[in-house]
Amino acid sequence: MNKGLVKISPCFEDVMPQEYKELVEKGSYGQDYGVADLGSFKELIEEHPLCAGCGLALSMRLILASLPNPESTIIVGSTGCSALAFSQVALHNIHSLFGNQNAVATGLKRALKLRFPDEIKDVVVIAGDGATADIGLDMVMQSWFRRENITTIMLDNEAYANTGGQESGMTAEKAVLNMAPKGKNFPKVNLADVAQVAGCAYVATCNPAKSRVLEKAVKRAILAAREIGPTYVQIYAPCPTNYKLKPDEVLATVKNREKEGTYPTGEFISAKAQELFESLEGGSK
Amino acid sequence: MIDQKIVDPQHLFFEADREKRFITGSEAVKEAIKRANVDMAISYPITPQSESMHLVGDLFAEGYLKEYFRGENEFAVMSEVTGAAMAGVRVFTATGGPGTLRAFEMFPTWVGARLPIVCAFLTRGVNSPLTIQPDTIEMAFMLDTGMLMLHAEDAQDLYDMLLKAFIIAEQTDVHIPIGVYADGFFVTHTRETIEVAPEDDKLPGYNPYSSPVPVMDMVNAPVRQMRDPFVMKSNFISYATHASWQQEVLAAGERARKHIDYYLNGLLEVENEKADILIMTSGTAVSQSREAIALAREEGINVGLVKLKSIRPFPTEEIKALTENTKAIIVPEFNRVGWLAREIKSVVKDSDKVMGGPRVFGGMTMPVELILDEIRRCVS
Repeated sequence: MNKGLVKISPCFEDVMPQEYKELVEKGSYGQDYGVADLGSFKELIEEHPLCAGCGLALSMRLILASLPNPESTIIVGSTGCSALAFSQVALHNIHSLFGNQNAVATGLKRALKLRFPDEIKDVVVIAGDGATADIGLDMVMQSWFRRENITTIMLDNEAYANTGGQESGMTAEKAVLNMAPKGKNFPKVNLADVAQVAGCAYVATCNPAKSRVLEKAVKRAILAAREIGPTYVQIYAPCPTNYKLKPDEVLATVKNREKEGTYPTGEFISAKAQELFESLEGGSK
Repeated sequence: MIDQKIVDPQHLFFEADREKRFITGSEAVKEAIKRANVDMAISYPITPQSESMHLVGDLFAEGYLKEYFRGENEFAVMSEVTGAAMAGVRVFTATGGPGTLRAFEMFPTWVGARLPIVCAFLTRGVNSPLTIQPDTIEMAFMLDTGMLMLHAEDAQDLYDMLLKAFIIAEQTDVHIPIGVYADGFFVTHTRETIEVAPEDDKLPGYNPYSSPVPVMDMVNAPVRQMRDPFVMKSNFISYATHASWQQEVLAAGERARKHIDYYLNGLLEVENEKADILIMTSGTAVSQSREAIALAREEGINVGLVKLKSIRPFPTEEIKALTENTKAIIVPEFNRVGWLAREIKSVVKDSDKVMGGPRVFGGMTMPVELILDEIRRCVS
């Protein structure tokens, strides 16, 4: 990205909103910020409308702070709660339809390769569990089969939250939600394993309670997608509204699920990705 | 990449020497795309359009296109085409019949996103019940997507309309998608002599920044930009924005009229317009009607012909003016519902004089005698 793009024309300086001025003066474009720097720079997301305590909102902040090259990143989202926040994100981002995010990202990435063969253009899909594991699963998996150079991040709140709390494929078995009035009668979809056998070069499950782990996963996923092929990051991001949690109970819930083993975290690193990370991270895992 | 000479659209369409080729409609698609300077094409098989996209694949292998692949289903292909168009390249795809319906959610989305995608619809019946035969019923579904719709009579039209569609769709004041329709099998699988421009000529490339909306490449402003967020808030400003955007999309379709008029030499073509009886139709029904009109002439019946080339925008004013003194209008169609007759009835002053039919569907050909019978009925 040309930094001149965000620069304010001198005659408009007095009328530009404060938040935009901050984006120009203290934003993360071209900077090497990470989650440890949160609070010291202007974040890419501003005044989102998500609920208090929302696991998605925190995860999105962490993802956006972890992007290795925000100035060259285009996000493809999908229908769901996260779409409500994406209009507040200072990156080019696409909300096409429900479930087609990985197909849109495929066309976008291939076209950007044609237009900018010598530049980095990271295409990152960020969508919910319904969009990724249910309605869009065929297109998600087909993009992995085709070895597209895109990163797929699932914000897993284990429900269709934006439509009022319905069961999704990622909902835990026996959970009672709308459209599962007697409790969900099949297990949570193990998409991380599916991703691994479907051709992803790097797969991680993580959560916003461990922000450094999340940051590392997002960075690795994007770098591996750039160099090798598809990558998948699944983030447990609970919904306080539909799961009837108090806002301050969300992170405790995340930690608890990890501790009791009902939402394990971890990484799958392909041999090629291992080689790449070693060269980039100087041998440290 | 194959080295071709970039020529002005005006030259390619109207001035360049043309060579004669005896080819199928599918091959006419290939000839058009060869000269269209398309960056990327995405395919998915369905009869009767598969051969067209095989041939476009051959163009990719020969170095005429920079990127080509097979997608996983029509909805996905139309989504992949969306991503490519949003990234600022010229894209092409084709489908037909059940594929059109499978992809349907994407078509109004293309329009709302102001994407100048050109898609060939090589029509066939939809499954009610199962069929793979010729039929134009999918066009009925497409009428209100906001996409522009051109209907080719033959392979020559298909070649010309496809090439011109890119230039019309990419005008900044239009910049919405165009569907170029041709009757599957009748056009795609038959051979005729058509004239094509020299194959080392091609159109100028697409300039992504001619788009009236930002390209999603993180190179152009504004950076805080979501495609397309208007309905994401529940308040009056959000509703008003969405409503005014839809009006602007409609207006973009209206603004296409002058470009279609120029490049296609009118939204319709008329022969013998003063006749009491007019046959008004589109696609291969026009060719069948020509035969019927010749037979009617032998019987001493004077019948005129109106060939509709642009279905969206619809030539409303042209038809109103043409039919002021007409006694009867016959609308032969290759579908069950008679969507074209409905369209014509909605604009003709006295709609009772519009005879909806004859109609054939489910794969039947249109016997010229059927049209002739209708002409005779109008006389008596």
